[in-house]
Amino acid sequence: MHQLTIRELAKGLRDKSFSSVELTQHYLDRIQTLDSAYNSYITVTADQALAQAKAADERIAQGDDSVLCGVPMAHKDIFCTDGIKTSCGSKMLDNFVPPYNATVVENFNRLGAVSLGKTNMDEFAMGSTNESSFYGAVKNPWDTSRVPGGSSGGSAAAVAALLTPAATATDTGGSIRQPASLCGVTGLKPTYGRVSRWGMIAFASSLDQGGPIARNAEDCAIMMQAMASFDSKDSTSMDHPIEDYSALLDKPLAGLRIGVPKEYFGEGLNPQVAEKIQAAIKQFEAMGATIKDITLPHNSLAVPAYYVIAPAECSANLSRFDGVRYGHRCENPADLMDLYKRSRSEGFGEEVKRRILVGTYALSAGYYDAYYSKAQKVRRLIKQDFMNAFEEVDVIMGPTATSTAYELGSLNKDPVSMYLEDIYTTATNLAGLPGISIPCGFVDGLPVGLQVTANYWREGQLLNLAHQYQQETDHHRQTAPNVA
Amino acid sequence: MQWETVIGLEVHVQLATKTKIFSGASTAFGAEPNTQACAIDLAMPGTLPVVNEQAYRYAIMFGLAIDAEIGKRSFFERKNYFYPDLPKGYQTTQLEQPIVGAGQVELNLSEGRTKTVRIHHAHLEEDAGKSLHEDFHGMSGIDLNRAGTPLIEIVSEPDMSNAEEAVAFAKKLHSIVTSLGICDGEMSQGSMRFDVNVSVRPKGQEELGTRTETKNLNSFKFMEEAILLEVERQIDVLENGGEIVQETRLYNGDTKVARSMRSKEEANDYRYFPCPDLLPVELDDTYIDAIRNDMPELPEARCERFKAEYQLSDYDADILSGDMAMAAYFEAATKACGDAKLVANWVMGDLASKLNTEELSISQSKVNAEQLAGVISRIKDDTISSKIAKDVFEGIWNGEGDSADAVIEARGLKQVSDTGALEQMADEVISNSQKQVDNYRNADPDKRPKMLGYFVGQIMKASKGQANPKAINEILLKKLDELL
Repeated sequence: MHQLTIRELAKGLRDKSFSSVELTQHYLDRIQTLDSAYNSYITVTADQALAQAKAADERIAQGDDSVLCGVPMAHKDIFCTDGIKTSCGSKMLDNFVPPYNATVVENFNRLGAVSLGKTNMDEFAMGSTNESSFYGAVKNPWDTSRVPGGSSGGSAAAVAALLTPAATATDTGGSIRQPASLCGVTGLKPTYGRVSRWGMIAFASSLDQGGPIARNAEDCAIMMQAMASFDSKDSTSMDHPIEDYSALLDKPLAGLRIGVPKEYFGEGLNPQVAEKIQAAIKQFEAMGATIKDITLPHNSLAVPAYYVIAPAECSANLSRFDGVRYGHRCENPADLMDLYKRSRSEGFGEEVKRRILVGTYALSAGYYDAYYSKAQKVRRLIKQDFMNAFEEVDVIMGPTATSTAYELGSLNKDPVSMYLEDIYTTATNLAGLPGISIPCGFVDGLPVGLQVTANYWREGQLLNLAHQYQQETDHHRQTAPNVA
Repeated sequence: MQWETVIGLEVHVQLATKTKIFSGASTAFGAEPNTQACAIDLAMPGTLPVVNEQAYRYAIMFGLAIDAEIGKRSFFERKNYFYPDLPKGYQTTQLEQPIVGAGQVELNLSEGRTKTVRIHHAHLEEDAGKSLHEDFHGMSGIDLNRAGTPLIEIVSEPDMSNAEEAVAFAKKLHSIVTSLGICDGEMSQGSMRFDVNVSVRPKGQEELGTRTETKNLNSFKFMEEAILLEVERQIDVLENGGEIVQETRLYNGDTKVARSMRSKEEANDYRYFPCPDLLPVELDDTYIDAIRNDMPELPEARCERFKAEYQLSDYDADILSGDMAMAAYFEAATKACGDAKLVANWVMGDLASKLNTEELSISQSKVNAEQLAGVISRIKDDTISSKIAKDVFEGIWNGEGDSADAVIEARGLKQVSDTGALEQMADEVISNSQKQVDNYRNADPDKRPKMLGYFVGQIMKASKGQANPKAINEILLKKLDELL
């Protein structure tokens, strides 16, 4: 059952090949048996999942035709779940049980999807390796001595290990696409404003966006259909028409104009990865697309700008974790200042503290213009680069990451080199554009991901071209060793 | 040396919206602590603000009332600091582009002088909660009911040069915001709070002296006292060769003592930056014009109307129209009894002095407009004399009855106009006052009317003031003339 895609599971549930309760139990058993090797879940909600499955079986018996009804999935532990611990990968929220659901969670509940649990993640989504989680590092299913990427490493690893058919995730600077790339799965980062941020614990509000990770584009389309919604509770949610993503999947690619920025193939890119990317682009050409060399002249400024704006926003977003109302509080505080200092020092991990400090510095009197203001100017230039490119091409292709998955512990000692790994992904967030990572081959047995960026609101186009590519290739059908 | 005072005000006005500026929680005053704070007000993880349009409309109304430029594009910023009654760790406010730009208000001062005070700008922001430092066994309690209440902060230019002008300015703002109906004006509940910036300089000097800010004054009286005290203190320091330290001060209205709260060196770096959870608000002329066309009557217009409609003097009209609650009271009482002049005298006389003694606002008056109209009606129909009316008013005030008629009945204050009873009283007085009767008889006829006073007084005394003076006069004249 765990080899089946969402589309196939929906069919099986209606054919009565299996019930949702059986299917859910199967996945719960797999998690129980296998996840100790990957650590992809923080919380498994077996009782709730089985109750949801039972309810879904009843709905299906009454003719419910929603594709996700009765289908198991998992939520990144950044999405608030009513009555279920939502830790955001942090000791700070190890005791936090929200009394409300994120809009994304509501959307899935309404459709009758079954939530298996909450997936592991970098603490407060800060990290590219999933090693900053309070609950320990997630291991890459393709090689458990390697990282799964981050921050949605738990979601990507759980999908790659067939411990869930699909999972929600979030992407602030690459946190969906990069782990999707490193784990050999498909991950979509939607246009900023497409998916509600209500109940999604904020890292950097102007960059955060929820999206799906699944085994292929077709399943991502189903997940995305559930996630996309206008939400009056989120002022940055946009009331823009929502496409029928599944209906767009079969559109032929003839005439698709692909831009390939020279900046994506410079120093730092693993040559073997580069080869796989070039081969994938060739494949698109063979499918009827035209290829054009383009330039994104300010791309090299994306990482520095990102690492000012994201920490600046996070320095304020994380001020609410003060030990006063919820979350970690130190023992026997001597006074108010002691309460603040110790609660926050004990509750936050090293990477989170580093970013709060960087952001606080960037916003300080005397430094604001040099850092925050300048970074915002760069952000406009980066957006303009993309707008110029989209005058000539429909989508932009390149690598998602500079290499395949790194060894655990190899990057987290040196934050700057870890930040530089985000060179291909952060610009998309700064511009608010949609992007996808698609498996496009293997180097030494480790997956490589192709990143495609499209214009605003073109999630349908990204899923369409990914699906068409997946009709011609089988990289996405490969499964990690020891998971079948 | 001759000194000159320079005063500028920052005025916080709580807007009379039903719900908070960024959440749907109620803003009603006086509820049990923490019963009007929702997940957003508590800054629970994942919650997001959505701006209350009514708060924006109210701010625009204020801007139009002071002839200010309305910000066609305004946005919110985060002001970062830690305090337990500030749940997010930042206050959402406006800095770079506030909703209300530069404007002005006209003041009417004593002896017919007028003055224009310029407004620098007014911005929208959220109120904080309250820290309660008593009754918690050495700990502090936090009440977040007020957190997120919408405020406009009105910042004046340093255009006032003494306490009288500052108080007149504060009262004028009170009059404007209550006339607009955008604030309930209840100072004792903190609906308007004043921060006063004071500096002194040698007369004729161009350069401003170092200023201090006395924060959170919540009555006109305290404000006046605080200014007088601070001006005196600063002059004293300077004349003794000292220097004024730029600092924030607190004034205690009960003890009449002011103290330093913190100096400039201890001031926070608030690290303002645009709030990424809220998008900039752009307004077009149609929107602003619709508000302009729907504006309620402003104090100046009401003053003119009072003069025309009720034939009030300039002075009476100015006083009665200045305070919205007083104007409403005056108009309601006048409507009910039909005598504007008498109502005006009562409102500015007995009622005002009673409110003043008991430190109540007119909306807290223990005699409402309808009740006062009842008292006046009984004077007009000769049921009671003006003198007895004061007792009746007192009786209603003290809760002896809920109407003039009830108190008159209960106290037996009905005026005696029964000719028989009065004639009997007159006969008794005349027969007991042989000496005065002889004097009357022997007096020059021109002087007799004055001498009548004695007999009237005796009868009033005998009737405990309830005799109808007009009737007594007639009866006495007739009887005494018979004795001539």
